[in-house]
Amino acid sequence: MRTANHDGAGARVELSGWGWRHAGRAEYALRGVDLVIEPGERVLLLGSSGAGKSTLLHALAGLTGPDGALTGEEEGRLLVDGQPANRRRGAVGLVAQDPESQLVMARAGDDVAFGLENLGVPRERIWARVDEALARVGFPHGRHHPTAALSGGEKQRLVIAGVLAMRPRLLLLDEPTANLDPAGARLVRGVLARLLADTGATLVLVEHRVADVVDLVDRVVVVEPGGGVVADGAPRTVFADHGRTLAERGVWVPGVDPAPRTGRAPGGPALVEAVRCALRAPAPLGRRRRAATVLRDVDVTVEAGSATALTGANGAGKSTLLTALAGLAKPAAGQVLPRGPLADADPRPLVRWPARRLARHVGTVFQHAEDQFVTATVRDELRFAPLRAGADEAEAAARADELLDRMRLAHLADKHPYTLSGGEKRRLSVATALSSGPRHAPDVLVLDEPTFGQDTRTWVELVELLDGLRAQGRAIVLATHDPLLLHHLADVELRVADGAVTEVLRTGTENTR
Amino acid sequence: MNSAPLTETAPPPGRSRPGGVRSWLLGVNPAAKLITAVVLSLGLIPAVDPVTGGVVLAVTAAVVPFSGIGRSTLLVLSVPFLLMGVSTGVVNLLYGQEGAWGAFGAAVRLLAIALPGLLAAASSDPTDLADALVQRLRVPERPAMGVLAALRLAPLLADQWRTVTLARRARGLEAGRNPLAALSIFLGKLFALLVRAIRTGTLLATAMDARAFGTGPRSHARVSRWRTADTLLVVAGPLLLGAAYAVSAHLGTLRLLFG
Repeated sequence: MRTANHDGAGARVELSGWGWRHAGRAEYALRGVDLVIEPGERVLLLGSSGAGKSTLLHALAGLTGPDGALTGEEEGRLLVDGQPANRRRGAVGLVAQDPESQLVMARAGDDVAFGLENLGVPRERIWARVDEALARVGFPHGRHHPTAALSGGEKQRLVIAGVLAMRPRLLLLDEPTANLDPAGARLVRGVLARLLADTGATLVLVEHRVADVVDLVDRVVVVEPGGGVVADGAPRTVFADHGRTLAERGVWVPGVDPAPRTGRAPGGPALVEAVRCALRAPAPLGRRRRAATVLRDVDVTVEAGSATALTGANGAGKSTLLTALAGLAKPAAGQVLPRGPLADADPRPLVRWPARRLARHVGTVFQHAEDQFVTATVRDELRFAPLRAGADEAEAAARADELLDRMRLAHLADKHPYTLSGGEKRRLSVATALSSGPRHAPDVLVLDEPTFGQDTRTWVELVELLDGLRAQGRAIVLATHDPLLLHHLADVELRVADGAVTEVLRTGTENTR
Repeated sequence: MNSAPLTETAPPPGRSRPGGVRSWLLGVNPAAKLITAVVLSLGLIPAVDPVTGGVVLAVTAAVVPFSGIGRSTLLVLSVPFLLMGVSTGVVNLLYGQEGAWGAFGAAVRLLAIALPGLLAAASSDPTDLADALVQRLRVPERPAMGVLAALRLAPLLADQWRTVTLARRARGLEAGRNPLAALSIFLGKLFALLVRAIRTGTLLATAMDARAFGTGPRSHARVSRWRTADTLLVVAGPLLLGAAYAVSAHLGTLRLLFG
């Protein structure tokens, strides 16, 4: 056991009978939470998705008070160092998922200085603390470096530096590596491990992929949706006693990887072929930078009855290649052509197909599910494509009902798509892509990070669904960072890096797993 | 940590950039540029003849080579600017009662009113502008910092618009030649973008709050310096206006809006 603290730098957290209900919700996100965290303790907060983990972190950060950013109803007591958390703002540092929406200023140094300015630190002391914080996270650029020009991992390190500079007594991390690619995530985890070794600050961490962070903590607390603490103790004890229950509720427990049932890939003819394509990243707004060519001379073949995975760092061009293969964006040079049965529908390059025909044969699932919702209810989302394809009301309704059942969305049929939870939105976005094709699925299904942020239950459903489509002879193309997904589904892995696409894996289609 | 000089402030890039006299305007305090631009624009409203506006336009245009604004930016900005002048002139020539001279006056006046503001905006870094507004012009911190943070999200929004556009095609939505369908698709995209923008904005506001924004009086990491040159620029505004009116009156060309 680690001693409580090194230098009195950690805060004590105390919750009793604490609960929170978001404004406009009938149910409490959390209720009856009794929890004491001693100074310097490192706590991993676990629970199935929707269990109010982020809400608890935000409350500890003092964002739920009368003039805080979040509105709702609070009950019970939540004290940080014996005071209500909303009076301790600044002594508590919060790092959230997406670095993009946490950077405030245009230049790196100014961003780190932002929190110090808010605390009223005198100017003559600000820049020394900024430099110290930048050095501690190993920030590779100078103070004047534009924040817009940083990679995801660098941005998140800058966010952490901004929090550190404020010298918080309580450090709150809300899935700090979730939006990063594996290299960026490793970088940030390395920084965190180093920081935690030399700070006495109390830590509360929320992380989906438990195995990655279990070494950073000395205590695990499990909370239940609408309830309080259901398990609490050393990581080893908690996982030994509750591991199975947690895994069943969708939590990623170390050593209990989900085991989807997948079959063999039947393989089939080529359906889509990229021929000597050059691809450019979308031109950034303003500035004098011109759109750079990210990929050159790309030749990729997508085959029926197999799963093709695109891997590589963020920014390498995976999504750009994906939109080209899906016939959504025009390559800067070269062509993406339909092949085999797909060429019978229309021999022209995919990008010149009318949208309706494209949707019928090539379905796309976007990384942010919300981007592809076009109607006001879940049921309408699924009726939309069949109706446009000329189906009558009864047929469209039957198709919608079938997909609603299959994707466990039937109880949400009349809700607005935007109001669904993350996992539900993902299932709906996949369902909309399936709804457009004849025989209940398009010939090619293109997905951008489909398993991102999903709990194990949705994860298994997705993998088994994609496996089923592959078994029917459909082509699956996906961009992903998820090693487990690669292991269970990918037949061909194409690595996108340094301006080129290289095949790094090809399993025989007769291969059994 | 002790190697960093304690009194150092971050020099705004505009001031540290090489280029000397060619980028003189970049080094001027944004507040001074803003005040001068406002004074010139407001001061030109009463005069409708081409000479008064022409003098101001000529002098302001003479500053352009010393503004440090890149050639490509200038090119991009000058196209709509000149179009605005030409279209005003043409419309006044065709439909105005003042003839060619009046139309020319209207065009010159409009350009003379717009150019100082355009120059001030294009030659000021947003961060420096916010600093100057807060420290020099006593604009309240919250809105100034809020707008500055929102500005950072603009490129993000452009990205999201692109994605939303691609997503419509993926769902089989395409207007073709039907303007009504185009409008309805456009509105749908706007709504999707709005939802994303509000979500991102809320996240950013939460992050700012979590870093103690709005909890009390702020200190300032950067000094918005006011130099003699800044005072001179502010004084030059009314002087230039006075000179323009004097020249026009002397030539007998001065015509006032309600004259």
